Amino acid sequence: MTPGCCTGCTPNWVAREHRLFAMRTLRQAISVARKDLAIEFRTKESLNAAGAFAIVILLLFSFAFDPAAEAVREIGGGLLWLVFAFAGALVFNRGFARELPNECLDALLSSPLSASSLLIGKAMASFVLLLGVEAVSLAVFGIFYDMRWWIQPWQLAAVFVLATWGIATLGAVFGALTVNLRLRELMLPIIIYPLLIPLLIAAIELTNGLFSAEPLKPDQLLWGRVLIVFDIVFTALALALAETILVN
Amino acid sequence: MREKVVFGLAAVSAVLLAYDLYQIFLVLPDEAAQGAIYRIMFFHIPAAITGMIGYFVALTLSILYLSTGRLRYDSLAASIVEVSVVFSIVNIVTGSIWARVIWGIWWTWDYRLTSALVCVLIFCAYLIMRRAIEEPTQRARLSAALCIFGCVDVVIVWKSIEWFRTQHPGPVLSIRTGGGNIDPAMERMIYLNLLAILMMAAAMVLVRTRQEQTAREIDSLRRLANAA
Repeated sequence: MTPGCCTGCTPNWVAREHRLFAMRTLRQAISVARKDLAIEFRTKESLNAAGAFAIVILLLFSFAFDPAAEAVREIGGGLLWLVFAFAGALVFNRGFARELPNECLDALLSSPLSASSLLIGKAMASFVLLLGVEAVSLAVFGIFYDMRWWIQPWQLAAVFVLATWGIATLGAVFGALTVNLRLRELMLPIIIYPLLIPLLIAAIELTNGLFSAEPLKPDQLLWGRVLIVFDIVFTALALALAETILVN
Repeated sequence: MREKVVFGLAAVSAVLLAYDLYQIFLVLPDEAAQGAIYRIMFFHIPAAITGMIGYFVALTLSILYLSTGRLRYDSLAASIVEVSVVFSIVNIVTGSIWARVIWGIWWTWDYRLTSALVCVLIFCAYLIMRRAIEEPTQRARLSAALCIFGCVDVVIVWKSIEWFRTQHPGPVLSIRTGGGNIDPAMERMIYLNLLAILMMAAAMVLVRTRQEQTAREIDSLRRLANAA
C-alpha cells in the first residue's frame, strides 16, 4: 500500500497495474481485429456473403407485402434488424472458423495474446464488418422501400453502434464456443438468436421510433438503457469467461 | 442409497399428488369469475416455479463446474436443465389452455409468455449443443458457459419485455402481493402441489444424473478400448 493512503482505498500501483492491463488487452485486441479485417478485405469471404444475403432478404421481403404501403414504415426497424441478425450469423461463423486450417487457432492461443483480447479482437472485427453490411443494407432499404432513414442520423448511428456491438460480442463468444462442433453453421443461429431477443427488441423499438419524424419519447428511451445494459453485461461476461471458452 | 432416495421421493410425491388432486378436483369450489378452468393454475404456477428454480440451480452448478472442474456438477446441471425444460413446457402448455378458455386465444406476446418461451428456446439450444459435442470435458465447459449466458439473458428478457407489453394476470401469491389476491385454501394448495412437483422433479433429476454418469463411464470405456 502507498504510504499515507487510507486503508479502504485502492493503492495507486494497483490502479496503475489495472490500467496497464486494460491498455495491453485493448492493444492486443486491436491487433487481432486488424489482422482479421486485413484477411477479410483481401478474401472478402464473409463480407460478400453477408452483404449479398442481406440484399436478397430485403428483396424477398418486398414480395411478402406491399413495399409502398405505409405499414412498412412502422415495421421497417423490425425488417432491418432481422436482416442484420441473419447476415451476422454468416460473419460470426467465419470469425473463428478461418483460424482452423493450419492450426492457426492453436498458434494464436499459444502466443502471448490473452484469451480476452483474442475474443474482444474477434468481436471488434465482426463489429466493423457487420456495420459495413448494415450501412449497405440501410442504403438499399431506403431505395427499395422509399424510406427516409436519415431524419435523425446521430441517434440512429448510436443505436446501430450499440446494438451491433452487442450482436458482435455474443457472435464472437458463441462463434468460439461452436468452432469445433459438428454442424457448426446450424448450432450458432440456434444458440444466439434466443439470446439476442432483448437486444433485438430494443434495437427494433428505437429504430422504428427514429424512422418517424418525431423525437424519441421517454418510454422509447428506456430501450437505449436495455442496449447499454446488454452490451455491458455481455461484454463483461465475455471477458470473464474468455479463458474458459478458448483456453482451458 | 441413491435408489432408496429416488424411491422415497417418488413415493412421497405420488401420495402428495394424489391428495392434491383429490382436494383440487373434489373439495375446492369453482372460482367465482373463471369457473372450473382456474384449477389449471395449481399445475401452471408450480411448474413455472420448478422450472425457474431448476435453471438457477443449474447456473450455480455451472459456476461450480467452471471453478472446480468436477464433471459431477456438469452431469447434475445437465439433468436439472433437462427436467426444468420439461416443467417449463408444462407451464407454457397449461397457460396456453387457460388462455384459450379465458382470453379466447392460445397465445399472446405478453412479457411472461415470451420470456418463458425464450427460456425454453435457450435451454433447448443447451441440450442440442450437448448432443453435438462428444468430448466430455469440452461439452461440460461449453455447456456451463451457455448456461451462464442463458440465465443472465433470461433476466434481461424478463425486465425488457415487462416494459414492452403485458396481458398476463398479475402475481397472486401472498409472498409477492402481501396477501388478499387469492383465497388462503387455494394458495395452500398451490404450495402443496409445488412441494409434490419439486419432489417429483428431484427424483427425475437423480435418475437422469445417474444415467448421465453411466453414459459418461461407458463413453470413457469405449474411448479406452478404441485407444488400446
